[in-house]
Amino acid sequence: MHPAPSVIIFSVLSGLGFGFMCFMALGFLPLTGLWAFWAWAIGYALAVGGLIASTTHLGNPQRALKAFSQWRSSWLSREGWAAVLALFALAPIALGDWLGFAVPYAWRGLAAALAVITVVCTAMIYTQIKAVPRWHHWLTPVMFLAFALAGGALLAMQATLSFFLLLVLAVVMLVLFFVGDRQFARAGSTMGTATGLGARGDVSVFEQPHTGGNYLLREMIFVVGRKHAMKLRVIAVLCAAVLPALMAAVGGVGLMLVAVLVHLVGAFAARWLFFAEAEHVVGLYYGKR
Amino acid sequence: MTCLPDMTQKKLGLAIDLDTCVGCHACVTACKGWNDQGYGAPLSDQDAYGAEPSGTFLNRVHSYQVQPAQGAAQTINFPRSCLHCEDAPCVTVCPTGASYKRVEDGIVLVNESDCIGCGLCAWACPYGAREMDADEGVMKKCTLCVDRIYNENLPEEDREPACVRTCPTGARHFGDFNDPDSKVSQLAAARGGFDLMPEMGTKPTNKYLPPRPKDQRLEASLLAPLLDIEAKGFAGWLDRVLGKI
Repeated sequence: MHPAPSVIIFSVLSGLGFGFMCFMALGFLPLTGLWAFWAWAIGYALAVGGLIASTTHLGNPQRALKAFSQWRSSWLSREGWAAVLALFALAPIALGDWLGFAVPYAWRGLAAALAVITVVCTAMIYTQIKAVPRWHHWLTPVMFLAFALAGGALLAMQATLSFFLLLVLAVVMLVLFFVGDRQFARAGSTMGTATGLGARGDVSVFEQPHTGGNYLLREMIFVVGRKHAMKLRVIAVLCAAVLPALMAAVGGVGLMLVAVLVHLVGAFAARWLFFAEAEHVVGLYYGKR
Repeated sequence: MTCLPDMTQKKLGLAIDLDTCVGCHACVTACKGWNDQGYGAPLSDQDAYGAEPSGTFLNRVHSYQVQPAQGAAQTINFPRSCLHCEDAPCVTVCPTGASYKRVEDGIVLVNESDCIGCGLCAWACPYGAREMDADEGVMKKCTLCVDRIYNENLPEEDREPACVRTCPTGARHFGDFNDPDSKVSQLAAARGGFDLMPEMGTKPTNKYLPPRPKDQRLEASLLAPLLDIEAKGFAGWLDRVLGKI
């Protein structure tokens, strides 16, 4: 799949933002006054900035509001609702922390839950797609959640908690690389099933249907840069999880902030791979993956 | 609503005969020609006369080589377009309700004035049936020529999809798969019409008819009988002598 920058920026930043605000809502980082204002501003900037980035890949962004209508069937629509509800639910907590009034714990819990649900909905947009076998696995939402919570805990300066969450993230990433590499074969789609000619013999491309490019080749059959996949996997796991975990183990606000930046580099690498390594079954028609 | 209907009154679709398709791409051009006008945004081209032409098409014809375990390979031309699936994953993922499956005839359509061009439906389709139009930013797909098949301004013989109407070998058939007596149902039953990628669970309406078995054994090369010539006379003598040196 084509790793569109808008979607990578969206899923990384808004995931981190919602993860961070989840911990803020639960009172893990008890800040007051201007410090609270700036902390919440960072959370909102990440979440909203990511959501705005996601609209830039739309062909007709002026109609984006229509995307709220199909929550009964569409995870993308549900994600929109969850994000808006979470941002509204978090607002009184942010104001309370800043201006110094109390918000009931039940409300804080609800807002944190909505933030988590938003991340799960984001993940389900990809997980639901059967035609991309690498994504179509229950570990995909676990991975998105692990990124959001580990990154969020790190940004919320939770040294011990983030240490353990980052270790979980490392394990999930490694397991998902292993499982993901086998998903396409497990789905059972081949050029034989795609053309229905598999029982007659070995199917190969004799001639492509068109000599120029098209939307399918650009969007779904992205093969550029896969040769560096192994190096990027190592960079992703080291930067997103291992190095920040070590920094969290040492602790200290300065080092934790550096850890957040290192984690972000790893998260971007991991999310780029998430798209670039994902193979769509339509590639079978073109004899490409 | 992008929820799928429980059932549709008709199941309009195509039966595509891989035996008679000669891969002429006439269906591709007819489809492009018809969908340049009338229904929805016209299928656009980019850099049409330049170095890297590219464009939106709703139908593409692939050519495959099938090599059996024994005997010669076979070339099979393979038109690929929307299969108007019963369990269309492209419809349920749509966040805006632009994608829908019609209750009356099962045709999967896009309401372009609701489409935000997010591309998720194209990701969800295993068959590559949907292409985003680069000029309009909306998703294009086969409409089964919904603006022809019910169009009373057209002569009756033209009230079928443009690809079917134009096919010079009669490899494409249009009809109702819900009616067991329809031409397409009969063809699919008689010829063993099959689904593409059944493992994806999409339950396609369109059926592909497999190539018929050949009545003559296929030679690896039509020139094979000519390749094994015994040289006679002077040439034969020369052949033997040169072979001994």
